[in-house]
Amino acid sequence: MTGRRRLRVQGLSVSFRIPGATVRAVSEATFEVRPGSCLALVGESGCGKSVLAHALLGLLPDNATVSGQAWLEHGEEPVELLGASQAVLARRVRGREIGLIPQSPATHLTPVRTARAQLQEAVRELGSHATADDLAARYGLRPRELDRYPHELSGGMAQRVANAIALAGDPWLVLADEPTSGLDRPLVDRAMGTLRELCDEGRAVLLITHDLRAAERVADDLAVMYASRLVEVGPVAEVLGRPRHPYTAGLVAAQPDRAFVPVPGLPPELTRLPGGCAFRSRCGHETERCAVPPPMDGGVACHHALEDRHA
Amino acid sequence: MLEASGITVRYGRHTALDETSLTIMPGKVTGLAGPSGCGKSTLARVMALMLRPASGTLTVDGTIVTRWRQRAARELRIRVALIYQQPRLAVDPRLKLAEVIGEPLTANGRPDEGRVTELARETGLTGDLLTRWPHEVSDGQLQRACVARALTLEPRYLICDEMTTMLDASTQAHLVGVVNAYRERTGARVLAISHDPILLDRWADEVVGLAGQGDLSPS
Ligand SMILES: Nc1ncnc2c1ncn2[C@@H]1O[C@H](COP(=O)(O)OP(=O)(O)OP(=O)(O)O)[C@@H](O)[C@H]1O
Ligand SMILES: Nc1ncnc2c1ncn2[C@@H]1O[C@H](COP(=O)(O)OP(=O)(O)OP(=O)(O)O)[C@@H](O)[C@H]1O
Ligand code: SF4
Ligand SMILES: [Mg+2]
Ligand SMILES: [Mg+2]
Repeated sequence: MTGRRRLRVQGLSVSFRIPGATVRAVSEATFEVRPGSCLALVGESGCGKSVLAHALLGLLPDNATVSGQAWLEHGEEPVELLGASQAVLARRVRGREIGLIPQSPATHLTPVRTARAQLQEAVRELGSHATADDLAARYGLRPRELDRYPHELSGGMAQRVANAIALAGDPWLVLADEPTSGLDRPLVDRAMGTLRELCDEGRAVLLITHDLRAAERVADDLAVMYASRLVEVGPVAEVLGRPRHPYTAGLVAAQPDRAFVPVPGLPPELTRLPGGCAFRSRCGHETERCAVPPPMDGGVACHHALEDRHA
Repeated sequence: MLEASGITVRYGRHTALDETSLTIMPGKVTGLAGPSGCGKSTLARVMALMLRPASGTLTVDGTIVTRWRQRAARELRIRVALIYQQPRLAVDPRLKLAEVIGEPLTANGRPDEGRVTELARETGLTGDLLTRWPHEVSDGQLQRACVARALTLEPRYLICDEMTTMLDASTQAHLVGVVNAYRERTGARVLAISHDPILLDRWADEVVGLAGQGDLSPS
């Protein structure tokens, strides 16, 4: 692994055309993922996390419009992912440089072939040295479980198969979209431990997760997304320990071992995002200044970031 | 009472449940935990009349179930609703979100747009989402629709199979709140299946553990 590798995303936006409206799913996301580190991405259901990951790999449907830049730097000539052809993405990027663990893995498995056949195919295509059994064992699957068809796998087993397939080609950058759904605690610890090992061995991880406790253990940095925008970014312990954006504070308080109360109100419709701060209708700290969009400044996009007020 | 007694389920040579018994008590939230692959979803499908066991009996409010799936007696079937672990596998991709939610009403010959709108609102789905196809919404938005769908016919028993396994903390708290409010309003009983001990500790009145092959133990 070389230190020259890096994913540098600059002003990434995605919108979808649907009859009579445009859905703004990602707005001007700027961030970096570096070898040796894990960036966790969290945020309310529907805020744009999965779309962001899919955009980087050219996996969006035809009604999507993507703008901005995402540079995959890997020593030689960098590849700009958003403008790259499907041929380049398929031949050079997907599975080889960037591995995607998709959310809802069962829907990404081919129903008519066993888990083993699908894992072996990935191993073959990507020229991996590991066997299907080795890879499966790494994610906590027994060899006999690999001989089942997707519909014969439990939710957690399908997740483990997807994790093994995504990492078969030993990519240096892993995009993991909810990689622990359906896993019990020991398996969650194991999967998260594996992601951390990958980082420590010099790979880079973008981890989308609902599990703030796991993020705190595994990630170095945390990015918080709200209604298509990154609203707070920083070292994970700082962001979770002392949230500065009111939305982050609400998300932290919603955990079942905290207040377990949802952020009040509904997320805005991404088809008609309000001018100004999108969190205004639910914030409780808003003033007239919030009618102007808050710029990202010092890791937080809020006119009245919490620490400022407490100071 | 919804009572599963001595339930055995085999998939080919693999025994997923071996004489497992579980009763969902009136007025309570029963939590069900256990390692991945131990048979929780299998038990959920049996208790929702969606899977016929090799042996054992399922009793719904005193009536022993003799027919399963589409052939099950309608008045028994609608008493139990199941929220599936994987929303993408649980909806018909040819239905728009409003139709997904209203499906049980339509299937029972009493479509009710007002009820669909009300449930969508309660589960936190904004109006713009209701005219979309399942592939045009996020996984969590689809799961909200599945929760709304499960409540349309006002079941007396609600089985939540990893309802919130991939949802952010706020959405999780919201949906648990929706189920609790429904339970308080109607007196329905809830079986909450989850891998998250902290969630079950917060949500359930009692937690039962399922080990391999369906051995139950209090935990
Ligand atoms: N093909 C599409 N057409 C129109 N809108 C879409 C499409 N795909 C996704 N969306 C919308 O884009 C937004 C972002 O979706 P995305 O799947 O990225 O959410 P997410 O943050 O991953 O949520 P979750 O936590 O529920 O998985 C959502 O509001 C969704 O409704
Ligand atoms: N249709 C099927 N055919 C064959 N085997 C099956 C089928 N459905 C489930 N199994 C097997 O039965 C066992 C129990 O599966 P089940 O889905 O009930 O587990 P679970 O406890 O819900 O697991 P998870 O926590 O991962 O969701 C697993 O070994 C699974 O592979
Ligand atoms: S900018 Fe204003 S409305 Fe937005 S989060 Fe900050 S205080 Fe709240
Ligand atoms: Mg998602
Ligand atoms: Mg299950």
